[in-house]
Amino acid sequence: MKKVRPFSPNTADAPWLKSCLIAFAVLVVLVIVVLPFASVIVQAFSEGPSIYLTLLRSSDMQVAVLLSLKLAAIAVPLNAIFGILLVWGMTHTQLPCRRFIMALLDLPFSVSPVVVGLLFIMLLGKNAPLGGWLEEHGVQVIFAFPGLLLATIFVTLPFVARELLPLMEGQYRQEEEAARLLGAGWWRIFLKITLPEIKWGLLFSIILSLARALGEYGAVAVVSGNIRGKTNTLPLHIEALFNDYELTAANAAATLLALLGVITLTVRIVAELKKKRDSNEH
Amino acid sequence: MRKVAPESENSWKKTDYGPNKGVLAVDKEKVRISPKHNLLSTDFNMRIFPLFLLLCVAVFAGDLLNVSYDPTRELYKEFNQAFEAHWAAIGNGKIHVDQSHGGSGKQARAVIDGLAADVVTLALGRDVDAIAQYAKLIPPDWEGRLPNHNSPYTSTIVFLVRQGNPKGIKDWDDLLKPNVKVITPNPKTSGGACWNYLAAYEWGRRHGGETAAVEFLRQLFKHVPVLDSGARGATLTFTKRNIGDVLLAWENEAFLSLKENPKRGFEIVYPSLSILAEPSVSIVDKNVDKKGTRKAAEEYLNFLYSQTGQTIAAKNFYRPSRPELVPAEYLEKFKQMEMIDIRTFGGWEKAYKDHFAEGALYDQISKK
Repeated sequence: MKKVRPFSPNTADAPWLKSCLIAFAVLVVLVIVVLPFASVIVQAFSEGPSIYLTLLRSSDMQVAVLLSLKLAAIAVPLNAIFGILLVWGMTHTQLPCRRFIMALLDLPFSVSPVVVGLLFIMLLGKNAPLGGWLEEHGVQVIFAFPGLLLATIFVTLPFVARELLPLMEGQYRQEEEAARLLGAGWWRIFLKITLPEIKWGLLFSIILSLARALGEYGAVAVVSGNIRGKTNTLPLHIEALFNDYELTAANAAATLLALLGVITLTVRIVAELKKKRDSNEH
Repeated sequence: MRKVAPESENSWKKTDYGPNKGVLAVDKEKVRISPKHNLLSTDFNMRIFPLFLLLCVAVFAGDLLNVSYDPTRELYKEFNQAFEAHWAAIGNGKIHVDQSHGGSGKQARAVIDGLAADVVTLALGRDVDAIAQYAKLIPPDWEGRLPNHNSPYTSTIVFLVRQGNPKGIKDWDDLLKPNVKVITPNPKTSGGACWNYLAAYEWGRRHGGETAAVEFLRQLFKHVPVLDSGARGATLTFTKRNIGDVLLAWENEAFLSLKENPKRGFEIVYPSLSILAEPSVSIVDKNVDKKGTRKAAEEYLNFLYSQTGQTIAAKNFYRPSRPELVPAEYLEKFKQMEMIDIRTFGGWEKAYKDHFAEGALYDQISKK
């Protein structure tokens, strides 16, 4: 195997440039990531660990955490299933409007989340025909759980499909055809060939959409109605606490969100390591 | 030597494009039923589906929802507890009151779009009017169903300045001094900002007539670096983010800032003229009738006028509408000064049309 040469020989020639660049990168990370993060933790514990725990045990906080987890637990699997089905359909059939669908799928990425929230209000609010009809039948969508769920699903929609598309377009198709010739059913093909091929991509995209679902602010803020202890998700609750002059509580809530972020990051790193080992075995 | 990208290399080799395209190049390694893959895939389904089914159910049931404006958070936190106790004490059992806060205009908009409020306690009559007008959830003659134009408590607009008043701000004309930055929320979304605006307008009118008033406002908004959407946002911009030299604030919000920032040091300046700000409360008739909560909602608002309600309002720096019920110690802090009220502008309907509607005076002066 050929040795891969470093991409830019310049840095290798000038060690001072290299160290300058590294120092700069470290500084940026320190100022932009580590410092705010540390200040959140310091402020959260500024009144002592027992107060910190009391704050986390307050009922509004628990409702907010539970609500965020619930939204993610429903939205993320739904998006995973939707993503797999969509990409499978697009790679296994000759859809004429493929490009159009892909462009549509990018919409949640390119449209501002606030606009997304407003769109839902325009569609499902009390004064819209559809929303009015639902309300007459006793279904409250906007300013209640279903609205929050719709907004969360919408903003996390593209993650899985976007990540899987290049994978499922890939080279394993011939193996699939072989399996089919050997008499395997579609479910068996999916489990034995498709899933192993896409599992890492699937896992990564699920992690990404999980992080987004838990942290989403804009779209959810518009359709939430901000009822404390009812429709305030964790990010919204942090804002409410901050506005209430409850700085310590706001920071405590922020540590929870940060913790969720760290967990997803860890899972991602572990998965990446496993993936490496996995592919080295082949 | 370490492989750089073993996976892509392998798959490249496996793929037969070009002349061999169509020939099935089966990688036995992969078609073989690998126990590891099997485990992962079933595990996946086993983990996700029960979780999904389990969490599909979500129920939201509230007893009463009070949709309020921005600075009343602390007031209603205290008042709701008192009301919950009162409701149980008069033999009606347990009740829970939920709260939602935000810029007054934004909150009215949410009620119009279906936020199921039992009562609204908003910053100004116009926002209740909007609910009556656009969603017809409240009858148009709501004002007057409760004493004092449906305002259980009032407030006024004052200046909050930094310690020692370094820019020497005493009255409205000082706001136009060079290098003075003024913080006020946006009148389009914030009720408090409308009161700020109207007080400033009246001061200008008394010092040179209507043209002068318009010019005064035009200059004033040139001194505003940040327009927050609600009063609390503006307060935090001034007190926590340290932007601006003077905050045009609700009196209650100004007092609260003093209380919440004992070390920072702020001072309240009373201008020579201000406005009697009357936050309006109302039940939302269509919502309470649908939910069957009319009795509790009416009692909730009546309780605001009771001795307990009035005292809680005064404690939270709102001027009670029935001061005779409130211990004198809570009233000392309210300074008397000349105040106009919304009737000066012909009532909210006219004031809104003249000043805040699309294309009205505020839109004209805020155009650069």
